[in-house]
Amino acid sequence: MEMRRFMSWTDEDFPSSVVSMALATRTDRRPSMTRTLWDSSVGKKTIMAVSGLVMLGYLVVHMLGNLKIFFGSDEFNHYAHWLRTLGEPFLHYEWALWIVRVVLVAAVVLHAVSAYQLSRRDLRARPTAYVHRKARSSYATRTMRYGGVILALFIVWHILDLTTGTVHSGGFQSGHPYQNVLDTFSTWYGNVIYIVAVLALGLHVQHGFWSAAQTLGVGSATRDRVLKTLANVLAVVLTAGFVSVPVAVMTGVVS
Amino acid sequence: MKLTLRVWRQQNAEAPGAMATYEVDGISQDMSFLEMLDTLNEELILGGDEPVAFDHDCREGICGACSLVINGDAHGPERTTTCQLHMRSFDDGDTIDIEPWRASAFPVVKDLVVDRSSFDRIIQAGGYISAPTGTAPDAHATPVPKPDADSAFEHAECIGCGACVAACPNGSAMLFTSAKVNHLNVLPQGAPERETRVLDMVATMDDEGFGGCTLTGECATACPKGIPLPSITAMNKEWLRATRKVRR
Ligand code: HEM
Ligand code: FES
Repeated sequence: MEMRRFMSWTDEDFPSSVVSMALATRTDRRPSMTRTLWDSSVGKKTIMAVSGLVMLGYLVVHMLGNLKIFFGSDEFNHYAHWLRTLGEPFLHYEWALWIVRVVLVAAVVLHAVSAYQLSRRDLRARPTAYVHRKARSSYATRTMRYGGVILALFIVWHILDLTTGTVHSGGFQSGHPYQNVLDTFSTWYGNVIYIVAVLALGLHVQHGFWSAAQTLGVGSATRDRVLKTLANVLAVVLTAGFVSVPVAVMTGVVS
Repeated sequence: MKLTLRVWRQQNAEAPGAMATYEVDGISQDMSFLEMLDTLNEELILGGDEPVAFDHDCREGICGACSLVINGDAHGPERTTTCQLHMRSFDDGDTIDIEPWRASAFPVVKDLVVDRSSFDRIIQAGGYISAPTGTAPDAHATPVPKPDADSAFEHAECIGCGACVAACPNGSAMLFTSAKVNHLNVLPQGAPERETRVLDMVATMDDEGFGGCTLTGECATACPKGIPLPSITAMNKEWLRATRKVRR
């Protein structure tokens, strides 16, 4: 009889806690895809990667557009005007520009909110520092958070300076970006703020581009060299392209 | 060898801890790091003091029980487990700092011992297959392409020691979780739970209070079993796939 007791597989012999532990899967209804993305550290990082890449794509185009300043005031101002008529007659005047602005604001907000929330989680997860400290990861990797904050502040200043003209030095003239850019880069602080931000951008992109590939699952051991090279090239080209404008104004190449 | 040890001492989970300094003498280069600590503990016991509590079991680098952050490195200066680290990696007269794994998901139990049951709960959330087990099936019953078998084996090497979490500046368990997810997800035997496994294990990882991945790569550098950083990329890919495929 004792033997049979051990051999029978009834609920009594097998406490339900053991059964449920073994099958501790989340079998309840799964939340929507958006919820899953937003609630998960992996999902939120995906949002960062996509919004980061959207901003990166914009910045490449923006940098190339800025280089038109080397062809003189007429061509630069005409280019700025064309941006407003882009998509006409299908789109109304400035609509294309506004679509880009809305997408960018969404990207910046999603990116910054995710960065803030993920950073909070990371800091909570390692509340006690080691007594024996070592700095090992690369400079670009370690400065993503500070660099991001610099970029966020820069974006605000940059818009108030050259888009709305609120904090512009000298008389801001809507529709005359060439003169406005010259004004900004004729002040020492305009140059300092801009160049610091662009250097921060280069570092951010160097780690960010490669990171985004890992987050989105397209990186691999065999593609690693290519991705890292691409990240470096992007970082250097963006930095050099953006910095060339204030340097040109300071040296009188553009005046 | 004569050494100065600075060891984290903490009476229990609630008590505050601090580094305590000890001198040990007569250490041989051939001793393992844990044998060196055994020597210290013998002296402490003889002197009527409490020995230093540390985790260990197999002492042959396969169980994942040993831990210790040694001079700021998880498992010390060599890429191996603390039990397989030998004193020849140190010099006579060295000062060695010894600390427990640090992560809020690994609370200190005592001295250098931390509670790693959060890893068990990640495994419970999906680190298994539901196929019936029984006597071992024929090796060729389920064909597995060689690259997949190799990949599964590479990830199966994870011994769950937690060095990745200890090394990560964010206390993230992504490398551990990715090793466990990839190990089963690349195999046909793991296919029925392919989506739920990655979603549930990642969700449990988050719930346990581990940090997120910022791809610093510290985890893969610290891993005594060489689980590579691209494992995390592969898990991200699985996770994104699962969010699209899973039945709600
Ligand atoms: C609002 C200002 C910004 C803040 C606060 C910010 C902050 C951050 C932080 C904290 C990370 C995560 C770093 C890590 O995981 O180690 C990150 C990643 C990233 N950022 Fe930014 N950033 C900002 C602007 C930008 C801009 C303008 C770009 C465009 C080039 C950008 C592109 C990226 C990319 C591509 C990533 C990688 C995403 C990933 O790791 O998957 N960010 N950012
Ligand atoms: S004691 Fe088993 S791995 Fe070190």
